[in-house]
Amino acid sequence: MPWITKSTKGYFQYVPPAFITLLLLIGQLSFGVLDSYLYVVVSIVAAVLTEIILSRIYFGKWKSLSSAYISGISVGILIRSVSIWPYIITSVLSIMSKYILKYNGRHLWNPSNFGVSWMLFMAPLDVAGLSIQWGSNFLGLAVIWALGLAIVYRAKRFHVTIAYVISFIILAYVRSLIVGDTFLAEVSPLTGPMYQLFIFFMITDPGTSVSTRKGRIIVVIIVALVEFVLRLNSFIYAPFYALFLVGPVAKYIDLKRSAKKAAVADYNSKPTYSLQT
Amino acid sequence: MSWQKKLAQVIVIIIFVGLLIGTALPSRKKIFQNRDEAKQKELSLEKYGFYLQPDNKGVGIDFKHSSPDLDSKLKNIAPQIASMGASVSIVDFDNDGWSDIYFTDSKTGSMNALYRNMHDGKFENVANEVGLANLNKKGTGASMGAVWADYDNDGYKDLLLYKWGQPELYHNIGGKKFENVTTGSGLPAWVNSNSAIWFDFNNDGLVDLFIGGYFSEKYDLQNLTTTKIMPESFRYANNGGRNYLLENMGSGKFKDVTEQYGLTSTKWTLAAAASDFNGDGYPDLFVANDYNVNELYINKKGENFTEAGSQTGIGNIPKSGMSVSFGDIDNSGLLGVYNTTITENGILIQDNNYWQPQGDAGDSPYPKFVNLGQLAGINNAGWSYGSQFGDLNNDGYMDLYVANGFISAKENTSYWYDYSKVTGGNSSIIEDAKNWPDMKGKSQSGYEQNKIWLNQGNREFEDVSNEVCPLVTYDSRAVAMADLWNTGALDVIVANQNNIPLIYKNDQPDSNHWIEFDLQGTVSNADAIGSKVVLEWDGKKQVQVVTAGLGFASQNEHRLHFGLGKSNKVDNVTIHWPSGKNTVVKNPEIDKLNIIKEK
Repeated sequence: MPWITKSTKGYFQYVPPAFITLLLLIGQLSFGVLDSYLYVVVSIVAAVLTEIILSRIYFGKWKSLSSAYISGISVGILIRSVSIWPYIITSVLSIMSKYILKYNGRHLWNPSNFGVSWMLFMAPLDVAGLSIQWGSNFLGLAVIWALGLAIVYRAKRFHVTIAYVISFIILAYVRSLIVGDTFLAEVSPLTGPMYQLFIFFMITDPGTSVSTRKGRIIVVIIVALVEFVLRLNSFIYAPFYALFLVGPVAKYIDLKRSAKKAAVADYNSKPTYSLQT
Repeated sequence: MSWQKKLAQVIVIIIFVGLLIGTALPSRKKIFQNRDEAKQKELSLEKYGFYLQPDNKGVGIDFKHSSPDLDSKLKNIAPQIASMGASVSIVDFDNDGWSDIYFTDSKTGSMNALYRNMHDGKFENVANEVGLANLNKKGTGASMGAVWADYDNDGYKDLLLYKWGQPELYHNIGGKKFENVTTGSGLPAWVNSNSAIWFDFNNDGLVDLFIGGYFSEKYDLQNLTTTKIMPESFRYANNGGRNYLLENMGSGKFKDVTEQYGLTSTKWTLAAAASDFNGDGYPDLFVANDYNVNELYINKKGENFTEAGSQTGIGNIPKSGMSVSFGDIDNSGLLGVYNTTITENGILIQDNNYWQPQGDAGDSPYPKFVNLGQLAGINNAGWSYGSQFGDLNNDGYMDLYVANGFISAKENTSYWYDYSKVTGGNSSIIEDAKNWPDMKGKSQSGYEQNKIWLNQGNREFEDVSNEVCPLVTYDSRAVAMADLWNTGALDVIVANQNNIPLIYKNDQPDSNHWIEFDLQGTVSNADAIGSKVVLEWDGKKQVQVVTAGLGFASQNEHRLHFGLGKSNKVDNVTIHWPSGKNTVVKNPEIDKLNIIKEK
């Protein structure tokens, strides 16, 4: 069974899927964030099936499905469409990108970041994002942040989330000075669900983040800076696009630099934990 | 690596590239097309059998709407808030058998307009002489809409004017003058309302009132002490205005029975309409809410209402509910509900809904609805407001007109990005208008074209917006349909925000047949509001209801219009009166208005 494939990651491999499920449940029970459970189920099933098929085709073996589960659930939450096919296609594209868009055997894009960004940018007649569709009260927000921070701390990615959040807040202040809107308006998106998924799952993804702590901090600061520029140009889905642009370049450089030091890492043996979406 | 494995991987790559291209292509299609107007008309008449010709000047209508004034504290988003108030209602106020038109204006000191039909193709504004013009005086609020009904059963239709202010009741004195009878009538002191309808919820023969609250009634939007007036959420806001159910006690008195009847919701109501959905003879109430789910109040035999939005299926997904209109799109004898919302490509896809009741509700006390909007192809319109069904080409199937466009300011600008900054954020940020980015003259879903969907007779509609009328991109709000010139063709009247209305004359030289009914209650309320008319002809069965307020800030003409196609005979028409009586007329005369009195 793919779910119980032997892994050196221990119980922690189940924490991120559990957390994103919890996040979904809090969102759904507090605010009814989903238009339909069906869309999330379909997204997850599409991601998991694609993972099963491609892992057999590419590696001839079963892979743990927790990352496909996270990708599917992310897609189900992050995109909005009145048709069911965009959920399926986004999930499929997300997982396929992991197998096809590789360098030295490692994928370059965070899977759901790839799928979601592609669909938001290229298929605007059929797909929209989550940006304005989750009401929020402080209690729900506090629970999600507390849990999220605890998990990224346990996953040794606390520095990534914090570096990004600090960068975002500073740059939000700079933007407020440039565009003349209030600081609260500029920092407001950070309190929404789109960012909660982004900062706890996407930017912390070990599979597509660089190998050193310092490098990861620099990369998320660059992501925040690119997002800053995109925001000044009125891109609503700026964080996704920024990560889509910066993440693969950073990963490519990182892989190239470390190519001489080590053989290409085996897909499943590294990293020792996964928040991959 | 085996060749089979290699082949499989190549196939995977081909599929991947195919999906990338395939997902991108549908969004690259061109949306707008413009054509030579004369040729367009010729083609439209040939292909669709009708053409909607805007002709304000020709018919003598020079009204122009102006948006309401607001407190200067809302300056940063004034266009966003002052984006409503253009309304239209059709009434034969002088009982001369010709439909007249009432438009509301909203700016302080501006004049509402009542256009009397002069029977010669022209209209004359008589609002001033009958006392219905100067109704936006300082301190009284801004007009948002008007609905007409004969509340005292004296044979003349009276006016309820709803405002961001005190609702006002005007008694029609013999079709010549209107008297303000608000004082002592029991109407609330202040409602920031964008919707009201007349309906007789207890079938006692006296029409009652529903008034929907949008902004909380705590605020006078022209004199604010706070900027925390905005919705607390974009999907779950419950901090809107309260609604009012006002029972007509006779003698011009209304009693607030809102709490007693269970209509205590404080969602941001934008529209309401009433019809009997469960067949118990009492009108149920469909309420469209912005920033939250819609509500369906099932009438428990006139004694109270039960909200059953979730059980019936219409109230599960929060959207921006903007209007409610009724139409039997497949001549099944089932009246469906069209509910407009907001769609902006790539940013917000809500899609308009067409809720069709299912014949068999099983053991449930509530009717079940399914959304056929997407299947019918009437889902994606834009930033929609009003909508109306009507058989525009008299082919026997109800077509659909949808008003679109939010704010058309500077061209090629968009406030959507700025909007998204606060709308994705925490409630404490959203609800305070001062946190909202300055609009700086930007448009938001502006310059949108209204949609005209032609019913194909197979539960599908064809988008003929570019074919059957000239391209116009005003910020449209209210839509009404009426046979303005008694020609047997439905004309379309559209009220546009901060702009002139559009009077579309329906040019229809074709020989399709039609029939109209004007119902007069005797035991039921005089206007027969709530009556259901079922027309059977040529194997078809279409249902329509008499309403007094339908769509968004609009009211259609009182008479009901049915297209018959080429059929030259109606088998029978059945009228279900609110009193419980039924009238069946065999082979009513076609191509004429049939006036039917309740017996």
